[in-house]
Order: sequence, then structure tokens, then C-alpha cells
Amino acid sequence: MNARFRSLLLVLWLACGGTAFAQGFAGLGTDAEGFAMPQPGHVFSFPQDHGAHPDFRIEWWYVTANLSGPDGTPYGLQWTLFRSALKPGEAEGWESPQVWFGHAAVTSATVHKAAERFGRGGTGQAGVTAEPFEAWIDDWHMEGDLLGTARLSATGADFAYDVTMRAAGPLVFHGQDGYSVKSAAGQASHYYSQPFFEVEGTLTLPEGEIPVRGTAWLDREWSSQPLAETQSGWDWFSLSFADGDKLMGFRLRDAAGGDFTSATWIEADGTTTPYGDGALVATPLEESQVAGRAVPTRWRVILEDKGLDVTVAALNSQAWMGLTVPYWEGPVIVSGSHEGRGYLEMTGYEAP
Amino acid sequence: MTAATLGALASHWMRNRVQFLTLVVGLALATALWSGVQAINAEARASYDAAAAALGEGRLDQLVPANGETMPQERFIALRRAGWLVSPVVEGRLRAGTSTLRLVGIEPLTVPVGAAASAALANTDLAGFLEADTLMAGPEAADVLRGALPNPVIVDASIASGTVIADIGVAQELLDRGGRISRLVVSPVQPLRQRPLAEVAPDVVLQRADGASDVGRLTDSFHLNLTAFGFLSFAVGIFIVHGAIGLAFEQRRGMVRTLRALGIPLDRLIVLMILELVVLALLAGGIGILLGYLVAAVLLPDVAATIRGLYGADVAGTLQIRPVWWLSGLAMAVGGALVAAASALWRLSRMPILASAGGRAWAVASGRGRSIQAAAALFLLAAAGGLAVMGAGLVAGFAILACLFLGGALALPLCLAVILKTGQDRSSGVLPQWFWADSRQQLPGLSLALMALLLAMAANVGVSTMVSSFRLTFTGFLDQRLSAELYVDAAGVDDRAALERFLDTRADEIQPILSVETELAGLPAELYGARIGRTYRENWRFLAAEADVWDRVADGEAVIVNEQLSRRAGLGLGDRLAAAPGLALPIAGIVGDYGNPIGQAIVSETLFRQAYPAVSAARFGLRTDNPEALRRALVDEFGLPSSSIIDQAAIKRFSLSVFERTFSVTEALNVLTLAVAAFSILMSLLTLAAMRLPQLAPVWAMGVTQRRLAGLEVLRTVLLALLTAVLAIPLGLLLAWVLLAVVNVEAFGWRLPMFLFPLEYGRLILLTLAAALLAASWPAWRLSRMAPASLLKVFAHER
Amino acid sequence: MLLEIDDITKSYPGPDGPVPVLRGVTLALGLGESLALTGESGSGKSTLLHLVAGLDGADSGRILLDGADVTALDDRGRAALRRTKVGIVFQQFNLIPSLDIAANIAFQARLGGAPDAERTAGLTKALGLEPHLRKYPEQLSGGQQQRVAIARTLAASPRLILADEPTGNLDEKTSDEVMDQFLALVAETGAALLMVTHSPRLAAKLGRHAHLSQGRLA
Repeated sequence: MNARFRSLLLVLWLACGGTAFAQGFAGLGTDAEGFAMPQPGHVFSFPQDHGAHPDFRIEWWYVTANLSGPDGTPYGLQWTLFRSALKPGEAEGWESPQVWFGHAAVTSATVHKAAERFGRGGTGQAGVTAEPFEAWIDDWHMEGDLLGTARLSATGADFAYDVTMRAAGPLVFHGQDGYSVKSAAGQASHYYSQPFFEVEGTLTLPEGEIPVRGTAWLDREWSSQPLAETQSGWDWFSLSFADGDKLMGFRLRDAAGGDFTSATWIEADGTTTPYGDGALVATPLEESQVAGRAVPTRWRVILEDKGLDVTVAALNSQAWMGLTVPYWEGPVIVSGSHEGRGYLEMTGYEAP
Repeated sequence: MTAATLGALASHWMRNRVQFLTLVVGLALATALWSGVQAINAEARASYDAAAAALGEGRLDQLVPANGETMPQERFIALRRAGWLVSPVVEGRLRAGTSTLRLVGIEPLTVPVGAAASAALANTDLAGFLEADTLMAGPEAADVLRGALPNPVIVDASIASGTVIADIGVAQELLDRGGRISRLVVSPVQPLRQRPLAEVAPDVVLQRADGASDVGRLTDSFHLNLTAFGFLSFAVGIFIVHGAIGLAFEQRRGMVRTLRALGIPLDRLIVLMILELVVLALLAGGIGILLGYLVAAVLLPDVAATIRGLYGADVAGTLQIRPVWWLSGLAMAVGGALVAAASALWRLSRMPILASAGGRAWAVASGRGRSIQAAAALFLLAAAGGLAVMGAGLVAGFAILACLFLGGALALPLCLAVILKTGQDRSSGVLPQWFWADSRQQLPGLSLALMALLLAMAANVGVSTMVSSFRLTFTGFLDQRLSAELYVDAAGVDDRAALERFLDTRADEIQPILSVETELAGLPAELYGARIGRTYRENWRFLAAEADVWDRVADGEAVIVNEQLSRRAGLGLGDRLAAAPGLALPIAGIVGDYGNPIGQAIVSETLFRQAYPAVSAARFGLRTDNPEALRRALVDEFGLPSSSIIDQAAIKRFSLSVFERTFSVTEALNVLTLAVAAFSILMSLLTLAAMRLPQLAPVWAMGVTQRRLAGLEVLRTVLLALLTAVLAIPLGLLLAWVLLAVVNVEAFGWRLPMFLFPLEYGRLILLTLAAALLAASWPAWRLSRMAPASLLKVFAHER
Repeated sequence: MLLEIDDITKSYPGPDGPVPVLRGVTLALGLGESLALTGESGSGKSTLLHLVAGLDGADSGRILLDGADVTALDDRGRAALRRTKVGIVFQQFNLIPSLDIAANIAFQARLGGAPDAERTAGLTKALGLEPHLRKYPEQLSGGQQQRVAIARTLAASPRLILADEPTGNLDEKTSDEVMDQFLALVAETGAALLMVTHSPRLAAKLGRHAHLSQGRLA
């Protein structure tokens, strides 16, 4: 019952501002009145932009990490804090129109565990401060320096993790200096990343604690604009190759036909090359049955300009986030012209 | 060849339509019994889940301030940030015009599933609820609010009358309690790691959900009862199917021999017979499922009423066809038929082609078969005994049930044979002697049907005993625990001292109910402080106690523990228990505490208040001669909401009505099981009737009339049924004992005392005899009306 | 006369209407007399025997036993007749499988309410059944079983003994032995004997002989 209530909340929110989760809800209302709009040419200023932008409808702090245990067993973790505003601005106490929610997950080849948290702004239960940087909901944290050392932790009913992330490179801006276009009609967001974290820490699973090492990737994105009405979901890739280069790419599926793709090629030193619609080609190769629906879990990803032609395969095809709003998110293994690891997020795959 | 063979096999049924009918009806009834019980079971389970979700937050644990009425909102934040999934509630009295309403402020994003407000919230839009300072209330309160306050009001009939629900921010403002909360509701699912409560918020106390958990345990036990019944009915069904199938195969031995002589390979024949069997089983199973559905549909309103009664929550009383039970019904029919046919097919496959087809009656067990059966029965009964002594866990409990059930069934023919032999040896008249001897002769043919009867009877006795014992125990427990006339829930009272002063002048005796969540003997437990007065002394019954138990507890010299704590910590009378830091007292009494999942210890109020000065009574028990007057005074003069006053007589009435409904369902199933067992007797008698003629005709020829013979046939069946029923009673009592003393202890941690209900068993025996009489009457009537020519055929010499 | 059969007719229902089995049979038998009744298969000889025993009712005619009209008796009366006055020896022996030999031998005498231990012991001895008293019928050979059936019948001291192919299930040698014992014992009791047989050799051992053909005495 309560879950239904939360779904209503999310419907409301997603219809107005969600991008990643807007699939299926598009058309319920697409005006963005009162909220600030992403503008091309926005000049980022830090640390302020690490913090929340309450005048925008929707914002997130999104960390994914590819890790290995002492015996080389691959693991993945996800930590996400979402902010959603019922109206622009912030207020003290229960008057705050800001709604927060967090998703956390741990994935191995055989196990996938996920948890979610909800909270309201204004009371201190959840929020983000820029200086010193801290993003939290309940006992889930990301705090420290996004260009230095930061700590990340979360716990669910049957898992927990606690890791330290060290930035080994600069921040990276997507699209046109951080203005990332989402559709041919011009829907867009502010979007930057810190893809150069080196990670060390502990996963706690029912079988015990596992020391892990690896790399992490932080995405920061905020907007007030919904997806185009016909866009039904997205497939988002963050790939790290053995030679140090990285790729961020997404495909927004359009029910009207004609997917919209976008990509950023990130060299080991942080130099970026943005690509607009059409440069990146992502084709599903194989589907898996997950939570009663077919989800593509093997992909062919091509970025001709960089000589990239790889197969991207899920480490665990059952990495289903069975939360209030369900989606697929999990670690992937890259092979082909480039070898590497990464994360894949897929939304909008409905059960028949 | 296949078509011709199938035709030949099927022709048997065309020629023996009654036999075909009995086979199909037998299988169908067995399936009906199974799937009917399954349907009721599945429906009950589904309804429990639905009802559990609809239950209010009485089921949820709460954190309340150790001192005072409210705590700062910071406790909520601190606990959340320490990993505690809690949701804040602020509660108070809201003046609206001339009325006073109970305003409950909740936080919709964190409120756990199952909290009281969640049903109402499900119908609401969050933005409106949060942003527009919306209030939600039932129709009457909504009218009051509209006239008195500017806030938008949403009407929701699911909200208790006199209660208003609002966002916590709105409620804090209306109640003028900015930054304060009344309590925190604890989500049932908590994360893997969290900091200790005492470290994060030392000034709050965990209050376990009680009251509601009693009801939860009660339904668990009812559920277990149904599960056990399903299990037992399955066994009864298997026996009946076995009988029907075995018969169908044995009677066609002659045909099989002929077909083989005509050149049909044995393996092909067996495959075809299996095929035929599967088709028949599917047909009969389908009919059975339909029948089971009808039975369940007839019984289900009672089940729905039971659950509605248990939870006070409305659950669907309509039956849904759930794959789980109709699939299991078909599986039961086909699987049971194949298992039953296995031995018959095996024997067919080993039968020499020229063996005599009619030499052996189908179910006449050879001497070797009998001794194998005796050995198996002994082994199973010994295994049951061994498991009872050495086994542990719920699985062992059910294994004991299974061993007893099967062992008892297998031992039945042997026990009956011994009894009949004794009867024969002790009788002197020629007809009585023949009667006993002939009854022994009939035993193998009837034994499967009698086993089914035994199991049906034993299941009835066992389940009735369990339910009745539970009822008696629980009624006694209610008398003890709800001994006061009225209970007052003080959770919503601002000034509890004022309440206590008010009560002092009005009630004859006040029992403050003080409790704290703690650890005793290393186990999670509750410590209670009791003001020991006449109520405790007069009403409490102990499982074990020293003579002056209440005096010693009142003097602070001893402690009382519940059965759960005593069992789990291995503590007995006289052992010392550390009830609080620096307070180790000897145990002077052990009480039954049915429905409580955890351990409990009771000390005197004085000791409790010394140990936990911050905890105040959340509830009061009140003794009074005039509960209605006191209740009115509390509502009108003190201003307590009437929902905080609980009338114990009403609770007892309610609990008893729940049992009455449980009973009516159990009873209906009892009758059904017996009816099916009676049908299997009828079937066996009809089958045996043809084989009986050569045994009866000489006696008739020597001068005993057909009518007399028919009378003796009825008497024989009734006698066998009586003996079986009498033997079933100890078996049923054993089953009940296992359910109460083994399964219940493993499942719930407490042992139910077992009571005996001789009148009930007598009634069951009469019912069984009536069923046997009915079953025997038709074959006997046919015998008495048989033309002499039919009897004379026995003497005809066909060479 | 012990037995007077007077113009008896009997038919059984068949697929194309009633099939006449006895078409008017008249016969008389005195105490101490023995009569062999022969005839083709289906000539009605067994049916006549059954009518005399009161096992079935006649369509017309009378059967007088000791002056009492058997055909006028009801079911209860016929049963009493079979218990006390008539003894039957069947071809298939028709022993009671659930009772041991001793109980089988005593059965009918006890049913008729006139058990005579001395007589029973004598018969048991005469028929060589003493070693088998605690056995059950299924453990005995055919000849032994028929001896038990004979003992059972004679122990009840019936005035009229009816026998239906009593040795029809036995081989020739055994048949002769059993038959000789049987006839000797019957003669000792002085009862009347009506025996159905298809064997002229056995029929020759009896005092009188009647032949049934198509429901009539030849």
C-alpha cells in the first residue's frame, strides 16, 4: 500500500523532471514552470556545483564501481542519491519541497542485492553540502574531496559496503562543456563526471566481509526538463578500457523510432571528445529473462571515430533493481577492439 | 494391435460399469478431499497475507520517550543517520470547533508498510498531501474539520472515527509542537548494520508490539492446524486411491493372461495400462477438483469470517482458483494412482503367462506380505518413538506425525486380526464362531478401506483435540491476562501522572503495566513490573510455582518467568535470574505465555521502578464493578479517546467467536473425511460382494436365511468400523500429543497442555458407526433380496 | 413315505422368455432307500435336488417331506428345514474356508441345534479325518475335503441326504473310495439318499435308479 503511495510520488516526479526513469510516464505533464532550465554556456563553479541545485527539478550523485576481491572475483557496487523537487527552492524543516531517495546495490556474477531509502529535505535526514562535500541519506554517505579522497558507504538488510575513493584524474564534462543534450527537440541537462576514482574497501555479504579494490565513476547531473514524450527508456554505458581511455555513452530509445545517442570519449589524461546523435551505435546481441521481462544483457558498441568495436556483456544478467521504480543496473565486461570493464544501466524494459 | 488391446482393456469397464464408477468416484473423492483442504488452506494463507498487510501499526515496534510525552525531532534524524529505519509520529488532541479530535502526524516517505496510516495514504497524491497542508479523516470528522479549519480535507472511510491524519509538519504546527515527536515507528526490516540504540538515543525505549502479536501467533497456530489437516487428508486420500486402483488391476489379471497368450508383448501391455490409468486419473482428478472447489466454496465463508474475526480486517470471502491447489490435486490423483498401480503392475509383469487368473482374491495378503507389513508397522512406530525422544526441529515433528500415521495404518489389520481371533476363541455359538472367523477372512479385502477409516478418524480425533485444547488453554490464558475489566492505553496521554491520580479515585484497583525491552539470561526478553494485588493472586495460574510465589515477588525477593524463557534459558524454579543489572533473584513461578514469541520476566513494581526510573506505564488495567461508568468517566471527564479504552469482555467474546468459527470449519472437514472413508468402505464391500457368494452360499444352503446373512454382513461391517474407530482414538490422541507437545513447541516455543474430550470422541465413534452402517446397508440389502438362482450358481458344476 | 414329489414344474428366465427345466416330475422315496438320479447335462436333475432342499421354489406341484409341504414354506421355514431335516453334499465341497476342519464338521449339526459329539467323533474317525482337525480346508486334498463335507452332512443326522455329483471333482480311484465310505455311512444312519450323478457306474451302487430327460422322468 505504502509502496503504491511512493510510486505515485515517483510518477509525479518522474513525469515532471525525471530523465533516467521517465520511461512510460512521459506525457503525464511536461511543463517545467517555475524551475530553472539548463542553459548552454553555464560556467561550472566548484565546490558549489558539487552541492545541490534546489531550483532544478531533478539531480543526482551517481557512483558505480568495478571491484575485485583478493582472489580476483569481480564485484560491482552502486551508490545513488536522487533529489527531486516538488517546487523550486529550499525551506527549513518539513516545509522543504525537496524529496530525496537513495539506491544502493552490490553485484557479483551470482549475487545481486539492492536497497532503497526515502527522505525529505530540510530536516537533516538527507541532503548534500558542497563545502565540505557530503552527500547522505540516513546512514548512507559520500563525503570528502571529489578531487582528492572521499568515503562511500551504504547498508541494506543483507549487504553493506564501506570504501575509500581516491581521485586519480580531473573532472570531465559531457556534451558542450557540461551541457548534455538528450533529444533532437533539445531536452538537456548539466552533466559532469569524475571517472578516475581508485577504490579500496570492504563489501559485507551474508557469507562475510570481502576486501576489494578497483575503480569508480561518479556522475553528476541536474535538469528540469523531461525526456521527449516519445522516449521510452535508455541504455547508458560507462566503460573503462585497459589502456586508460574511457567511454560514456547512452542511447535514448524512442517509441516513434530513431534512437538518440550521445557519447564522450575520455582519454587517460582527462581530455574529452564529445559525440552527438548517431556517432555511437549500440546494438543488443542477446536478451535475458529478468524479473519476467526480456532485457538485453549482451551488446555490440561501436564508436567508429575511435576504432571502437566491442562486445559489452553483463557480469550478472540478473542485476535487476527490484525497487519502487525498477530498472537494470550492473557491472559489464568489455571485449573486442578494446578490453575493459564498466557499468550498464537500462531503463524502460517493461514486463509484457 | 494397440487399438485392439486398448479396446479389450476398455471393454472391461463397459461390462463392469459399477466398478468403473467406483474407481472414478473413489479417485475423484480422494482428490476432492485433498484439493478442498488445499483450497481452504491456500485461501487462508493468501487472506492472512492480505490481512497482515492491512493491519495497523500495532504490529510494529515503537520507540517512545523514556521520560515525558515527546522527544525532540533530532532523535529521528540521529537514529536514521545511525542506520535505524524509523518513522516519526506526532500525536495530540486537536480542537476543531466544539469537538476534540485525535490528530496523528506522519511522515509519508518513511512510514513503514503496515503502519496504520498507510491504507489511507495509498489513495492520496503526495504533492497535495505535503504541499497544501491537507488533512485526512473519516466522514464525520471531516465534516467537523471543514467547519473549523481552512485546510483542505480528504475523506477516507478507512480512518478510525475521531482520528485525523496529516503530514507531520502540518500536525506539529496545528498541535503547536514544532520540532517535537511523540514516538517513532520501527520498520520491520532493518539494515545489516546499525549503531546500538543506547548509544544513539539513550532517552528512548523500545516498545515491542504486543497484543497484536498474540493474534498473530493465534493465526499461526490455526494455520498449522490447517496444514496438519491437509497432510492427514492427503494420507487418507492415498489409501483410498490405492484401494480403487489395486482392485481395477487385480480383476483384470485373467484378461491380461489371455491378451498375452494372444501375443501382445508384456511391456506394451503395461505401457497401455499406465496410459489408460493416467487418462482415468486425469478424468477423475478433474472431477475431484471441481468437487473440492465446491466443498471449499461452501466452507470458505466460514474461513473468511474466521480471518475477518481474527484481524478485524476485511478480506475477500470469495474463492479464487489458485494453480497451486488444482495442480496439486491433479498431481495427487495421477501420482497417487501410479504409486498405487506400481505394485499391481509389478505383479502383473512377474505373473507367469499360464498362471491361474482367479485363484487369489485381489487383496488377500499372503503370509509373507503380512509379516512384511507387521515389520514395517513396527519399524515406523519405533521410528516415531525414537524421533520423539531424540529428534529436534519442526521437521522431526512432522516426521513423527508421518511415522505414526503410516505405522498406525499398517498395524491396523494385525490388531484387528488379533481382536477377531480373540472374539472367535471366546465365542461358543456356531454362528457367532463363524461370524468371527468369517470377519477375519474379510479383513484383507477390507483392510485398505479400514485403514482409510482409521486415518480419517485419527485425524479427526487429533485435530479436534488440538483445537479444543488450544481453545481451553487460550480461554484460561485470556482470563488470566485480561483479568481487569478495563484496559487503558496511555500512549496518547500527555500527563500520565494526572491519569493515575484520576484513576486512583475511580477504580477499585489499578494495575500499571510497566515493561521494558531487555536481555535476560542472554536472550532478548521483556521485563515487566507488576503491582501485585488481589487480581494477580486470584487469576494467575502457574505451570510450576512455589507456594508463596506472589508474596515473595511482592516483597522483591523473587521473580516470575514465562515458559519461553524457562525453556530457552534452561531455568527452573529456584534458579537465579539477573532481572536487571545488580538484581539477581530466584525464580518462584513459571507461567504459560501463549502467543508471546520471546521470554518474559515479572518483578514487583517497586523493583522495576528502581531499575528503570525513566519508564512509565503505557497501559493500565483497571478493576471496577461498573466498567461502563468508569469508561464514560474516562471519556467525558478525563477526555480519553474511547478507542484507548479496551473492554476485556469484548476481547474475550471476540477471541471465543474466532474459535467457534475455527471449530465449524474443522468440524465440516471432519464430516467430509469420514464420508469419504465411508465411501471407500462401500466400494470395498460392493467389490467383495461377488467374491463373498461362494463363502455365503454354503451357509445359506445349510439353513441360514438370506435376511439373517445380510444382517450379519451389516453387523460385521459395523463391528469392524467400531474396532477401527476405537483403535483410532489412541492413534489420534498420539497425533494430538505430537501436534501440541512437539510441533507446537518447535514452531512457537510453548507447549500446549493437552485436554481430553471423551464426549467428543464418543460422538465421533457414533458418526463413524453411522457411516459404516450406511455403507454396509446397500450391499446387505442386495444380498437379502438376491434371487436364489444367483446363490445356486455357486453350486453349479461347470466342468 | 419320507419324500413325495408330485408333478413338479420349474422354469428359469432366459433371454427369449422362460426356459422350462422340470416339466412335471413325480417321485417318492422312503427312509433307508437310496435313489440315483441320472440325466444329460441340463436335464434338470440339479434343479430337482435344489427344490427338494428348499433352496429354490417350484412353479407348480408339491414336495412333501415327512408329510410337510416344502413348497408351501416361506424362506424362514425352508431354512429351518435345511438346518434340521435335509443334508446336502455338493460337488465343490463348499466348506467354510474361515473355519478349521473340526468346526466345519460340527457346523451344520450345531446350526440345527443337535450337536452329537460322539457321533461326530465316530464320523471323523470313520472318514480318517482325525489328523486334520486343526487344519483349514485349503490345506486338504479334494478327497479329504469331500470327506469333511460328508462328515458335516452326516453329523447333523438329517432324515434326507441330498448329494449333487459328490465325487464329480475327484479322480476315479478316490471317487470310488469316498463313495463307498459315503454309502456305507448313509446306510448306517438309515436316512434316505437322493443322489444326482451322471455316472452309470456310481448309479449302479444305489438301490434305485431314475433317469431325467428334458425335464421328465424316463
